Amino acid sequence: MTQTPAPDTPIPPARDLPEMDSAAPDGGFGALVRGVLSSWPSRISALVLGAIILMAVLAPFLGTTDPVAINPALRLQGSGPEHWLGTDSFGRDVYSRIVYGARISLAVGAGTVLVSLLFGVFFGVITGYFKWADIIVMRFMDGLMAIPGILLAIALVAISGATLTTVLIAISVPEIPRIARMVRSVILGVKNEPYVEAASVLGTGVWKMVWRHMLPNTVAPLLVQGTYIFASAIMTESILSFLGAGIPPETPSWGNMMADGRTFFLLKPELILYPGAMVSLTVLSVNMLGDVLRDRLDPRMAKRL
Amino acid sequence: MTTPPSQVVLSVEDVTIDTRPAGRKPIVRNISFDVREGETLCIVGESGSGKSVTSMAVMGLLPKDALQVTGGRILLDGEDVLQATPARIRELRAQKVAMVFQEPMTALNPVKTAGAQIDEVLRLHTNLSAAERRQKVLHMLERVHLPDVERIYKSYPHQLSGGQRQRIVIAMALILRPRLLLADEPTTALDVTTQKQILRLIKELQEEEKTAVVFVTHDFGVVSEIADRIVVMNRGDLVETGTCAEILSNPRQDYTRMLVASVPSLIPRCVPVPANPKVLEVVALEKRYGKKGLYRDRSVLAAQNISFTVRKGEITGIIGESGSGKSTVARCVMRLTDPSGGAIVLNGHDIVPLRNLRPMRQHVQYIFQDPYRSLNPRRTIGQSLMEGLLNYGLRETEAARKAAATLELVNLPAEVMNRYPHQFSGGQRQRIAIARAVVMEPDLLIADEAVSALDVTVQAQVLQLFEEIRARTGISILFITHDLRVAAQICNTIVVMQDGRIVEQGAARDVLAAPVQAYTRSLIDAAPAPDWDFQNFRPVSRAL
Amino acid sequence: MLGFVVKRVLSAVPVLFMVAIIVFMVLRLSPGDPAVMIGGPNATPDQLAALRESMGLNKPLLEQLFIWLGAIAQGDFGVSLVSGKPVAALVMDRFGPTLALSLSTVVLAVAVAIPLGVIAAWQQGKWLDRLVMTGSVLGFSVPVFIIGYVLILIFARTLGWFPVQGYKPLSAGFHDFAIRLVLPSVTLSFPYIALIARIVRTNVIEVMNEDYIRTARAKGMTEGGVLMHHALGNAAVPIVTIIGVSIAMLIGGVVVTESVFNIPGLGRLVLEAVLARDYTVIQTVILLFSTIYVFINLGVDLLYGLLDPRIRY
Repeated sequence: MTQTPAPDTPIPPARDLPEMDSAAPDGGFGALVRGVLSSWPSRISALVLGAIILMAVLAPFLGTTDPVAINPALRLQGSGPEHWLGTDSFGRDVYSRIVYGARISLAVGAGTVLVSLLFGVFFGVITGYFKWADIIVMRFMDGLMAIPGILLAIALVAISGATLTTVLIAISVPEIPRIARMVRSVILGVKNEPYVEAASVLGTGVWKMVWRHMLPNTVAPLLVQGTYIFASAIMTESILSFLGAGIPPETPSWGNMMADGRTFFLLKPELILYPGAMVSLTVLSVNMLGDVLRDRLDPRMAKRL
Repeated sequence: MTTPPSQVVLSVEDVTIDTRPAGRKPIVRNISFDVREGETLCIVGESGSGKSVTSMAVMGLLPKDALQVTGGRILLDGEDVLQATPARIRELRAQKVAMVFQEPMTALNPVKTAGAQIDEVLRLHTNLSAAERRQKVLHMLERVHLPDVERIYKSYPHQLSGGQRQRIVIAMALILRPRLLLADEPTTALDVTTQKQILRLIKELQEEEKTAVVFVTHDFGVVSEIADRIVVMNRGDLVETGTCAEILSNPRQDYTRMLVASVPSLIPRCVPVPANPKVLEVVALEKRYGKKGLYRDRSVLAAQNISFTVRKGEITGIIGESGSGKSTVARCVMRLTDPSGGAIVLNGHDIVPLRNLRPMRQHVQYIFQDPYRSLNPRRTIGQSLMEGLLNYGLRETEAARKAAATLELVNLPAEVMNRYPHQFSGGQRQRIAIARAVVMEPDLLIADEAVSALDVTVQAQVLQLFEEIRARTGISILFITHDLRVAAQICNTIVVMQDGRIVEQGAARDVLAAPVQAYTRSLIDAAPAPDWDFQNFRPVSRAL
Repeated sequence: MLGFVVKRVLSAVPVLFMVAIIVFMVLRLSPGDPAVMIGGPNATPDQLAALRESMGLNKPLLEQLFIWLGAIAQGDFGVSLVSGKPVAALVMDRFGPTLALSLSTVVLAVAVAIPLGVIAAWQQGKWLDRLVMTGSVLGFSVPVFIIGYVLILIFARTLGWFPVQGYKPLSAGFHDFAIRLVLPSVTLSFPYIALIARIVRTNVIEVMNEDYIRTARAKGMTEGGVLMHHALGNAAVPIVTIIGVSIAMLIGGVVVTESVFNIPGLGRLVLEAVLARDYTVIQTVILLFSTIYVFINLGVDLLYGLLDPRIRY
């Protein structure tokens, strides 16, 4: 057989190689989903994520009891038929709290994605298209980016009071400059594309230009970035709660459970490890899907994490 | 042949290259050819012919997980490189077979000095001391006629011009005096004058060392200058081989005939138009990039004192090498770039002071160089064609009717309206881009290197199309190109630019046939094969 | 070169100015009256008014901002609203542990991540690459404190190799200092190893597709030689960038890690301040971290010039 020498990594195809990947630029949403689900790791990730979503939706029907019901008589119980995963230091049912906790985590994830994308895209378009906005808004964004996100979030939550809304805002705000920068760079990059210049030659106006010829290019990176933000929001929520600056302590959230478990860690580590495993599993599966999505949509985007 | 037959250096026997995993049809099929000592063999073909793949296979540089040689032998001095171990192949590289690539801009490592990169070849393959190596590298730099070799040795690639970088690559390839040199479109990215020098350099070194050269190119002009023998390839098949003279003057195969006949020649074909009204008059146009600083002048004058006119039904060509400012002028006329001074009079109105460009853009349209990037990949052909019409308030049904009619004009059926750009070839896309411009019924069309990215056969068709549109609609065209041969085919009037200034302008037959300025003459001299009339398979008759 | 440095340092000023404004606004515009928080729920309206007066909270916001900025410019960071000690002294007290933890983490992360990334790139698509990549996704999917607790469980609690928690300054002897730093640094380095290894891998792979890599192969170079002599040097700029970014991101992790391992550093200080609503301390620490971030980025920018000859100032 042919002995091809050393190279382990491919050399890019030369100018006149036939097109080896003749995939359509826009395969539609269905094709994307099929593509993402074509490998086993991503299938498993999707399955895990699906199960967690289902768990959140169907929480009351999964053999749970009231997740906030306190029963001091049954503190720190082990696993048993009554309490599948035991009870915590207030005698609350750990299993029920874990199931209900999925609701908080997913809500925080989805909410953060929504808020940060909305504002990020807006500022990104403005700064990418208009020079005057770029100078003003981007200075502000630079300042925002320089502040450690977690510190800003802790401060915001601690000062404005611990509610789900504040936590959501606190987690979203540090993400906005990142999204804005990304959208801005796509808009700037596409601004000199011949097809955008061609449209301008045809007399296409500003907003039509942005909507038709520029924004479609941000969909793929936003989709990928969105999954990563979803994952990191869940992570940040758990860290905030763990540090005591998260959502109200009585709410059953994974972060709160871990915060409660700290005191008894050496005695009963599963109080931290169960919710910890749930956070890790959720974040892991979302990140895995994000990776596959990124590889499918745009291999060059691999550069950005 | 009177000279004794020299030794065969490279023998490609019945080689087939397939994709991995195997596709429906191998992409190179049963190719055979020989190259002898001191001989130059040109592999000619259009894009997709498999010519580059063939040369990469010889070098053992095929992308391992995408392409593989599935049959045949590649003998280098009798040794089959397909059977050689990876270690043996590394030994052969640079010592027996070396390669020069197309893009001098990217072929060199940007973070290492030119000298270090050549030195690396010696370090890999010889036991010379550092001082000996340095001596050898400097000597080689001199042999490729680089000036001030000590400085070049210490220079990083970005500090060198394209031509200098290609000389570095050649020095790197030939320093160990390999038996075979593979050159893959080595001059395609260079200006004509630089191309001429590089071709001469390769020839000179080849004669000194008796190197066998395989020269891969799409350009028959280059071929006619350097080839001893020619291999013509088309879509993976070897179409025809023969000596240079045989192929150029008497091609046997239809494909070869078509290919050769598509090559434009330098003979100007168009006469000046009569004194029609002026559509465009550019007066003392100036474009300065960057600002004049308070202390230092950091600005660059990309164009200065540019004045010319385009009359109704006239095709005016602006020709020049890269950096001459020809595209800047075109973009200023379109107001894609704001001019710094002068006047651009369109149908009697100066458009330089205009703030609202919409009314003016109805009358001027632009065709871009790269047909792959000038159509929005996410919008159908119909949507792209109708966009401008709808912007100017035409009703949807009327716009669709006009778009369909214009598609017919560029020889595409109206049914393609619902398709997306990626379903078309480069030539077809360029015709769609032309249709998109023409459907606006402009008075002036600006074609910025509009045929430069196309294969010769397609190029000939598109040039033909411009002619037809002009004849039918009486449109005026400002035609920007670096290729004198293309300009000769289509332009009535020619403006020659260099370093942001106009060097010479006048009727095409005057400028091309009897240039007044030295620079114009040097451009014409540098154009490959100025004396060959490809369309008629014979030398240019000087009795013009 | 010198002109560039000066220009770059000056360009950091407006960013820091912006940071100060944002921090000030966030703290002042949030609902919740600092006077009420300090005075406690039982304070009388008179007491609150007096508190506001003494803290300057009665003045217009803009004036408060300028008074504060003016004070900072003079190096006066105010006194803690809770303990009454000067903020600068509080911060200096807590700086050592945080610096030790951050430095050891960065060194560890870079030392592990770069070889991992290069190996993954070299073995692209093979099992070793998959292992590294899977590990790296895992590395930033598990919360830092979970990693910390698991490490404590295994190496401190079960094996008894390291103390469970705590910190000793270097002045207490190197061994005592170092042994308490091992678990926190390993914990904190996980996400950064993951991040940096990924970036190294993708950038090396990308560079390996460049034309000049093909040129190097055509010279007859081995794959390892190509990787070390041509690919790594060209991937250096994005790698240094991400190392800079991760040093900046480290700050968030520091808060968590110090909390898990009971290290009396700036992270713990800010957490205590937040829970006690000690504005002056929060402001100062956030400003300090942001300044460090800005200057690390500045350093990275200056490094580019050394790594890539195409970048000239």
